[in-house]
Amino acid sequence: MFVFAAEGGEEHNPIIPIWQEIVVGTVAFAILCYVLMKFVFPRMEQTFKARVEAIEGGIKRAESAQAEANQLLEQYKAQLAEARTDAARIRDDARADAEGIRQDVLAKAREESDRIIAAGKEQLAAERQTIVRELRAEVGTIAVDLASKIVGESLADEARRKGTVERFLSDLESAGAR
Amino acid sequence: MSVRSLASEVPWPPSVDDFYLPSVVDGAYPWLTKVTILVWIAAAALIVFFLVTYRNPQLVPTKRQWLAESVYGFVRNNIAKDMIGHEGVRFAPYLTTLFCFVLLTNLFGIIPGIQMSPNSHIAFPTILAVISYVLFNYVGIRQHGFAKYMKASLIPPAPWYILPLLVPIEFASTFLFRPFTLAVRLFANMFAGHMILLVFTLGGFVMLNSSALLAPVSLVSWLMAIALTFLEALVVILQAYVFTVLTASYVQGALAEQH
Repeated sequence: MFVFAAEGGEEHNPIIPIWQEIVVGTVAFAILCYVLMKFVFPRMEQTFKARVEAIEGGIKRAESAQAEANQLLEQYKAQLAEARTDAARIRDDARADAEGIRQDVLAKAREESDRIIAAGKEQLAAERQTIVRELRAEVGTIAVDLASKIVGESLADEARRKGTVERFLSDLESAGAR
Repeated sequence: MSVRSLASEVPWPPSVDDFYLPSVVDGAYPWLTKVTILVWIAAAALIVFFLVTYRNPQLVPTKRQWLAESVYGFVRNNIAKDMIGHEGVRFAPYLTTLFCFVLLTNLFGIIPGIQMSPNSHIAFPTILAVISYVLFNYVGIRQHGFAKYMKASLIPPAPWYILPLLVPIEFASTFLFRPFTLAVRLFANMFAGHMILLVFTLGGFVMLNSSALLAPVSLVSWLMAIALTFLEALVVILQAYVFTVLTASYVQGALAEQH
């Protein structure tokens, strides 16, 4: 059974390799290895790498976009807060201004009214003086005329001469004042 | 009855010679047999498959590209990376080539109409085992230098008085038995598988031919042959996987600092 007879195909020992088959197998496997390991699998590695990079790049891009968005949001928030404080400040200023203006106007108005009142009083006093003066003259004349009619003769010259009316009126005034 | 007349010509019992089919062309015996032609077909088929599917690789793979990538990805991630670690990616191309070649040549053993695996001829497993042997020794020597690699491979961390016993054992197991067992495991599985299928298939014909009483049993025999073909399918894949994993494991051992 175990005869070394690879040639001819009559008796074979299955654990003795046939050298021609070793040659064929070596050549065929070498070609297979050469083609696959040189042209196919390195390209697969490249594809895998490109794929990983594409995914990681996508993630990185998304992260940077997110960061940018966050930064913008912060910026907007800061700007908004700034605008709010600005608005509040402007409002306060306006309020203060308005108060100032009001005070000014009030003061001016008060001043004006005081001035008008003072002028009125002054005028009134002046008019009173005038009236009193005129009245005094008038009253003298009327009184003298009345007395003349009662007495029946003209007392005017004498009254003027002696200043009777003036004296009487002065006495009257001083009596009224007392 | 044509089946009976066919059965009468069935060679029985099946023998080793059934594995050594005659030359396709007269006078070219070992060069152009079914087995050598199958080896050429396997190599050509794999080359064509991978070149066609990977002619124009896309980032988003097409179906065929995905198929080729998943074969490579399987060996790369589940064998090379798992066994050897991060460095294993370097060996993934060879391991994938090895895996595909062994798997396809094994598959020839159960593909109807072919039903002959080149790996049932020890020449082909021998070639692959020798390549694995050269590969792991080369890798080890390159990694550590010859002396350090030999020291790491041969001298286990053990008390000195036991070393005279251990060193020959380590030497034999690493440098003699490894390639031998690698080749014989694959060869024997394919050889035995083919032999079993022959026994049940041819046995069916023999029983059909022998007597009317045994004729129905031949059906059982053929059903067994079909069932065993499914078993063979498992063996085919398992052996391709085992061969690749063991090669990766030897490379890993050679690369490792400690044995």
